[in-house]
Amino acid sequence: MTNEQFKVLVVDLPAGRGAITLLEGRDSLAGGSGLTAMLFDKYGLPDRPWDDPEQPLIFAIGPLTGYFPLMSKTVCAFKSPYHDQYAESHAGGRSALSLRFAGFDALVIRGKALAPSCLSVGSRHLELKDVHFLWGMDLLRTGKMLRRMYKGAGHRSILRIGPAGENGSAMACINVDTYRHFGRLGCGAAMGAKNLKGIVILGDGSSSLPEGKAYPKLFAEVYRKMTDTDMMEKYHNFGTPINMAVLNGISALPIRNLQKTSDPGIEGITGETFARDTLLRNAACAGCPVGCVHLGFVRERFMQENRYLYRQVSYDHEPIFAAGAMLHVTNAFSVLTLLDTAEREGLDIMSAGVALAWATEALEKGIVTPRETIVPLKFGDETAYREGIHHLGAASNDFYRLLAQGTMKAAEHYGGADFACVLGQEMAGYATGEVFFVSQALGLRHSHLDAGGYSYDQKNKEPDVDGAVRFMVQDEQARVLLTSMVSCLFARGVYGDQVLSDCLRSLGYLNLADGLGDVSRNVRKLRWRTRLRTGFDPRTVSIPKRFLEVETWRGRIDSAYLNALKDAYAAAILALGQEDA
Amino acid sequence: MKILTAPRMERCIGCHSCSLACARLVHKMLSWDMAGIRIASSGGLSTGFEARTCLACLPAPCAAACPTGAYAQRKGGGVIVRKNLCIRCGECAKACPVDAVFLAPDGEPFVCIHCGRCVSYCPHDCLELADVGTEGTEESHARESAS
Repeated sequence: MTNEQFKVLVVDLPAGRGAITLLEGRDSLAGGSGLTAMLFDKYGLPDRPWDDPEQPLIFAIGPLTGYFPLMSKTVCAFKSPYHDQYAESHAGGRSALSLRFAGFDALVIRGKALAPSCLSVGSRHLELKDVHFLWGMDLLRTGKMLRRMYKGAGHRSILRIGPAGENGSAMACINVDTYRHFGRLGCGAAMGAKNLKGIVILGDGSSSLPEGKAYPKLFAEVYRKMTDTDMMEKYHNFGTPINMAVLNGISALPIRNLQKTSDPGIEGITGETFARDTLLRNAACAGCPVGCVHLGFVRERFMQENRYLYRQVSYDHEPIFAAGAMLHVTNAFSVLTLLDTAEREGLDIMSAGVALAWATEALEKGIVTPRETIVPLKFGDETAYREGIHHLGAASNDFYRLLAQGTMKAAEHYGGADFACVLGQEMAGYATGEVFFVSQALGLRHSHLDAGGYSYDQKNKEPDVDGAVRFMVQDEQARVLLTSMVSCLFARGVYGDQVLSDCLRSLGYLNLADGLGDVSRNVRKLRWRTRLRTGFDPRTVSIPKRFLEVETWRGRIDSAYLNALKDAYAAAILALGQEDA
Repeated sequence: MKILTAPRMERCIGCHSCSLACARLVHKMLSWDMAGIRIASSGGLSTGFEARTCLACLPAPCAAACPTGAYAQRKGGGVIVRKNLCIRCGECAKACPVDAVFLAPDGEPFVCIHCGRCVSYCPHDCLELADVGTEGTEESHARESAS
């Protein structure tokens, strides 16, 4: 039942074969984020570029995956094309339970397939199939083809990339089961560099459970907390887009390339508007009864006679911020259309939206011309952005090829760095203040999920460098413990240390249950050490001028506070990741 | 007599809580196969989900096909399973017209026993443990909606 050792499937793509490796480390690193860092330490090549065929593409789950509700996420780790350093991206769908039932704690993919290929693995199965006929195909159609080619509907996970991943775009995502994504930092390109168009994980195995009533009783208690309380109401009612109106109301929503933080037009793309006008139904990650996935619809009249097609598109706060607020597209159906367009290209819409917002302002200012942008990008213009997203995914010319490597890379070449909304990577959908900006700019994943800086900003009005750094360091530690189990972070209100410890104990992970404090410190240290070894220097991070011009409900950003915070957090990160003497 | 029905599958979000509950509580397994109810996407996630579960046939073709008496007709529909009599021949799965019997790699069959322990784990009330009466009574409609 318990896997005291990590069972890792290491696949050698050129050979089309794999090997099972059993590794120690469960009691000190748990799994998930801890395991991926450990595996990168073992298989990664810090000094070689991200697209070196030997760089590993890693997927890992944790000790509680599948055993308890909302333990439903997979951690993907890779060397990122965005910054050529260690990176993590997380996703749900059916990926986590499929890996659990396939019987692996992690999947490590090494080498480059000899032809465009799809890897399929299961509890009694490993096959690399030539799929050259799918290369160049859009991501959604690729999904349909792979569904037909492989067995196991409902009990498998299908990971795939689109043209952006094939083109080496640093904004390429890996789509998981149509509606979820390993979205950020270009993991789609890491997969494309391996000539991998798809990965099918068949969850066709089973394992026995502990004897006695303690485990099912604890499961029932945790399940009840997840479903009976108001804690999850936010996620299954309007979903994360509830934040749109809230942030707009307190002047903390990045709008129009962060030229504004509030706008009456946002009414057209709030969570309430999406639910009222576009929501078709909900879906869930396997093993999660909350069902936070919101699926909207768009229909398109394709013939003069009343002939329509319709599409189902998943939406969340971050995609709406990026394709809506940042581009000043304030019609919900237009936003869904842009999300669908980015999906087909296999682009991370957060990065794509922010990048195109910069390109639009650069065009307005004459820094770039229509020769570069091909289409006259204009805030609010859905049609122009549909074409722009396609050009970004296809890397249609030198401009889009460079932009797809990161907005700042394009800004360094063409100019306009002052208004590039980049915090380590393209910003997330919060303009709450100094702590969030620093948290994303320096955070390991450059994600709003590294630490709750956006929340700290809303609760603490007075500048407090020590307090804010202490918060980020502690909150990150709590979150890496969850991402080592691997829990959805929406469950962080339920999975406190005591509940996690009880869960682990019920499965027989006694040492792990007793050592959570050490585990979270170990994982945090190993992750930072791994990131620093691949070249990250937090002291060199700069925050563009546009962020200093932001006005929130608290007033203008305090640049002195922001800089002091950045320096102090950089020092803290260096201390967290320092090499052992 | 009660049978498990799945009358509101349009509400299903694909969380698999029902099949995981069956595997956990009835079969003491962590699995989404070794369960009497299994959820599959009906032609890709964009078209929703279907439940593979016993429709409580009366008479049950799986019971008729079982050569050793491991599957016996259950009063009100479905089967009573005695695993110690099973020889892993797989005839029950072959006989089931709706693919409700899962055969493990070693041939062990898994089918719904209509205990209803999955019902409370469905967050959207898709499932129901319904009373079934004799043909022609009001309760017999429950069987018609069992899908």
